[in-house]
Amino acid sequence: MITKRIIPCLDVRNGRVVKGTNFEGIKDVADPVEMARMYNAAGADELVFYDITASAEGRALFTDILTRVASEIFIPLTVGGGVNTLDDFDRVLKCGADKVSVNSGALRDPGLIPAAAKRYGDQCVVLSADVKRVDGQFRVFAKGGREDTGRDALEWIKWCVDNGAGEVCLNSIDTDGVRNGFDLEMLDAVAARVNVPIIASGGAGKKEDFLELFHHKGIDAGLAAGIFHQKLLTIRELKEYLNENGVEMRL
Amino acid sequence: MICIIDYGVGNLFSLKSSLAHLGLEAKVSADAADIRAADRLILPGVGAFGDAMAKLEATGLVPVIREEAAKKPLLGICLGMQLLFEKSYEYGEHDGLGFVPGQVCPLAPDLGDKSLKVPQIGWNAVHILRDDPLFKYVRDGEYFYYVHSYYGKNCAANTLAVSDYSLPVTGVVKAGKVYGTQFHPEKSGDAGLRLLKAFSEL
Repeated sequence: MITKRIIPCLDVRNGRVVKGTNFEGIKDVADPVEMARMYNAAGADELVFYDITASAEGRALFTDILTRVASEIFIPLTVGGGVNTLDDFDRVLKCGADKVSVNSGALRDPGLIPAAAKRYGDQCVVLSADVKRVDGQFRVFAKGGREDTGRDALEWIKWCVDNGAGEVCLNSIDTDGVRNGFDLEMLDAVAARVNVPIIASGGAGKKEDFLELFHHKGIDAGLAAGIFHQKLLTIRELKEYLNENGVEMRL
Repeated sequence: MICIIDYGVGNLFSLKSSLAHLGLEAKVSADAADIRAADRLILPGVGAFGDAMAKLEATGLVPVIREEAAKKPLLGICLGMQLLFEKSYEYGEHDGLGFVPGQVCPLAPDLGDKSLKVPQIGWNAVHILRDDPLFKYVRDGEYFYYVHSYYGKNCAANTLAVSDYSLPVTGVVKAGKVYGTQFHPEKSGDAGLRLLKAFSEL
């Protein structure tokens, strides 16, 4: 049977992975190609790269890194960050990406989703949504979670799936960085409305959080960054733990 | 040399890279002379069946592919595998290449467990029903990466391997020298590379 997936996420700025900020406030960075190799060897089911650069130089470095990763690592690669047009899809797919994640770009121009799905297929289009509770409602946020769009998240996600998004990556702003478990209430609300794979993001702190996540039937994958980068949990250890507890994993 | 048949469908980056990683000579081409000169062929593809079949026919290569597939191994991957069938019911009814008896049908109505997602996206264990040189370096039950909403049906006599998705999903088919995998070996990590290596040694 199909396995649940464990996905590390790599934020890339100026050609380096940003692993987080240490106690002295110094940005801890690493080589993205090295990290991709390490995660592949540890059994990652997929890799997500977010381009968090704003400059053209940074963008060129990013596509160069993507090409290098895709030339030697043969698992699915999803790319996001700065995807606003079909040309952006084209640019990253040519460098070896398999799926493209859209967030703010789709909020600005919702037509991007059906247009990309028509050209590259639904399986290529991942809707990434940053969602937060506001006045008892799930709201979609734009610009990396800084701007409340006022839009109802459940309606937005449903619309995107109906119009060609083949997967949903749901990031809960409420649980992001808290490391006290995924936002199961929010995830269940989305899973009840769409029938495409759902990737849970935001809140993973320990292996038990993933076990609890996968007890929720509608969730297909768990995504995390910090706990993997800081080696609080290795992917191998996590997958063995889940497998021992009845969650099918590719080991 | 392995010729990857280029008919303007899909992303060939990973396929080219995985063959290069294995040290295999490969050429992406839409030239009949390359297809004739190659010692094996790969038919890739993503997207919709009707559109892909129309593009393949527009290249004028179908008669050459038919001729050459009788002489040397051919591997269809994902939609490339589905094109090997007689017919597909994706958005209407379309004729395929007809190497493999059977039809390509939607997964959704046949799922035993309706809570499973369509498309099937992810890693599924491949169960070998009939041993074959293609599985020389692969063990029964290894995981391969699938992305699809349609599957090959009524093809039991030609099925080498299946995966469980609350129905036995056709994973690998064979007819003469023609092979097809519904999963993507070029995206299936080490197991996928080993399957491609075995294909290069057929």
